[in-house]
Amino acid sequence: MDAVTFFIQTMNGIQYGLLLFLVASGLTLIFGIMGVINIAHGSFYMIGAYLAWSLMGWLGNFWLGLFVGIVVAFLLGLILEWLFIRFLYDRDHLQQVLVTYGLILIFSELRSVIWGDDVHSVAIPALLDGSIQLTDNLAYPVYRLWLSGICVVIAILMFLGIQHTRLGMMIRAGESDREMTKALGINIGLVYRFIFALGVSLAAFSGMIAAPISSIFPGMGGQILIVSFVVVVIGGLGSIKGAMVAALLVGLIDTFGKVMTLNIFGVNIFPEMAGMSIFTLMAVILLFRPQGIFGKEY
Amino acid sequence: MGAILRKAFPGLILLTLVLFPLVGDRFYIQFASKILLMIIFVSSLNLLVGFTGLVSLGHAAFFGFSGYVLALLSPPDSAMNFFIALLASILTVGALGAIFGALVLRTKGIFFIMSTLALGEMLFYFLHDTNLAGGSDGMYINTRPNLSFFDWWQLDLANVVHFYYLVLILVCAVLLVIRKIIYSPFGRVLAGIRINEHRTKALGYNTYKFKLVCFVIASMIAAISGFLAAVQFGVVNPEMVGWHVSGHALMMVILGGKGTLLGPVLGTTALMLVEEGFQMVTKHWQLLTGGVIVLVALFFPNGLVGLKFLKKRP
Repeated sequence: MDAVTFFIQTMNGIQYGLLLFLVASGLTLIFGIMGVINIAHGSFYMIGAYLAWSLMGWLGNFWLGLFVGIVVAFLLGLILEWLFIRFLYDRDHLQQVLVTYGLILIFSELRSVIWGDDVHSVAIPALLDGSIQLTDNLAYPVYRLWLSGICVVIAILMFLGIQHTRLGMMIRAGESDREMTKALGINIGLVYRFIFALGVSLAAFSGMIAAPISSIFPGMGGQILIVSFVVVVIGGLGSIKGAMVAALLVGLIDTFGKVMTLNIFGVNIFPEMAGMSIFTLMAVILLFRPQGIFGKEY
Repeated sequence: MGAILRKAFPGLILLTLVLFPLVGDRFYIQFASKILLMIIFVSSLNLLVGFTGLVSLGHAAFFGFSGYVLALLSPPDSAMNFFIALLASILTVGALGAIFGALVLRTKGIFFIMSTLALGEMLFYFLHDTNLAGGSDGMYINTRPNLSFFDWWQLDLANVVHFYYLVLILVCAVLLVIRKIIYSPFGRVLAGIRINEHRTKALGYNTYKFKLVCFVIASMIAAISGFLAAVQFGVVNPEMVGWHVSGHALMMVILGGKGTLLGPVLGTTALMLVEEGFQMVTKHWQLLTGGVIVLVALFFPNGLVGLKFLKKRP
């Protein structure tokens, strides 16, 4: 592997990691603040990608499609919280898992009814459809750079929003003591609804911006959900910083696992077993630091 | 009346099940075997979820892997001894359960759910992406294992009725073993862990060890069920270890009533019958299943056992 290829793969790994961060941060927000484990989170990623496909087809414009898609996803989040999630706050994890598992089946079947079971793809918008020439025959696509950039911007906004705004203060208050926050006159139910909708939009937005560089297929929700879980377990639940570090780690390991070749005693470790590399990392973390890299002792 | 009915209930069910092949159609006998072997799997998950309070979303790993052990061990053109094959599957899966358990039991609560799910999926990708066991297509078991007692009595596992009775016997045996476990001192400690782990620890029990032993036992019971599934269908594929199998089994535990012996029996039967009905109605039957799961989890968290005259907890 020469230096330029190494550079390109590192960039790809970081870009994948940042995308994972967007998905995983929604998951970790919803758990950290509301105490709800939402295994339907991957479905929202999948819905986002399919939404992007139809909206961009109808509206004929990537940016407009993106905007409408986010609004639709946010509304979907509000409705879902009102219909199902708000009943789960004082229930045990088992019921949360089951309700959201039921939602997975419903969404996956609705997807099949609405969009069918075909694999689709979305075109890269003209504005970003170029690449930066690195050497004579190696180039890096502008779209991936933009994707990484937007993820970083959102991460910073999220951090600032939680640490330095009034809403962020309410969120943090609700996280540490729900009853007390309520007693202070804050409508915590509304704050939770907003958080859930925000998590849904984050997942859907990730699906939308990932659509042009990866194909849109029925199983994409389950795949991203599992990887997000790995990210959250490695990073520590409820920790945004942990999610960021773990997501980058997972992104890089997964990317390099797929492009490297490694052969030990005649057994091909990479790329054949690349799918397992991140799980192995998770197992190691569990062994030495079961609460995750940035998780609190429990 | 209620008390008599409750006492006679298991006996009545058993009698019906024993007599069923005499009247049932071939298809229904096969379907009943499928339900029975799922009951074994769901009961093993109930041992974790219901009796010990460990919510696992990766239990299918043991179910599917057991089938893979049989497929890998079976010689391509001759039959294998049933007992050796079953024992090998149970022991191999038990070893896998010990490794997985040792890792995931270091975590608690929601982390436990996530890490069981992730480890189960790791096995899925291992079987799916490598060529060691047929990759994404899975493997065929060309000749079913040979079940005979010293050559004087032989069961034909390809025969639907023979297989049905074998599964029925194993279901009863497994339920008796689980009953034995939960009423033993060991089982009482598991209940203590479920209700309050800190207090159980304070009483001097090494809860990690108890949970690990329970996890391994549950994986070995799941192995029996996966083994039977592989024998029945003659094929194993990566989907058998996938998390949808785990999710469905978890649903069956809740639908029936977690933490009861009868729960998994009722839950498995009910959900599989209902799903079979849905499949006749529409191509998009998963939509209905999903709806049932959401409604049950929201409104009937105690499951079917919580209803009517069946209300009695061990």
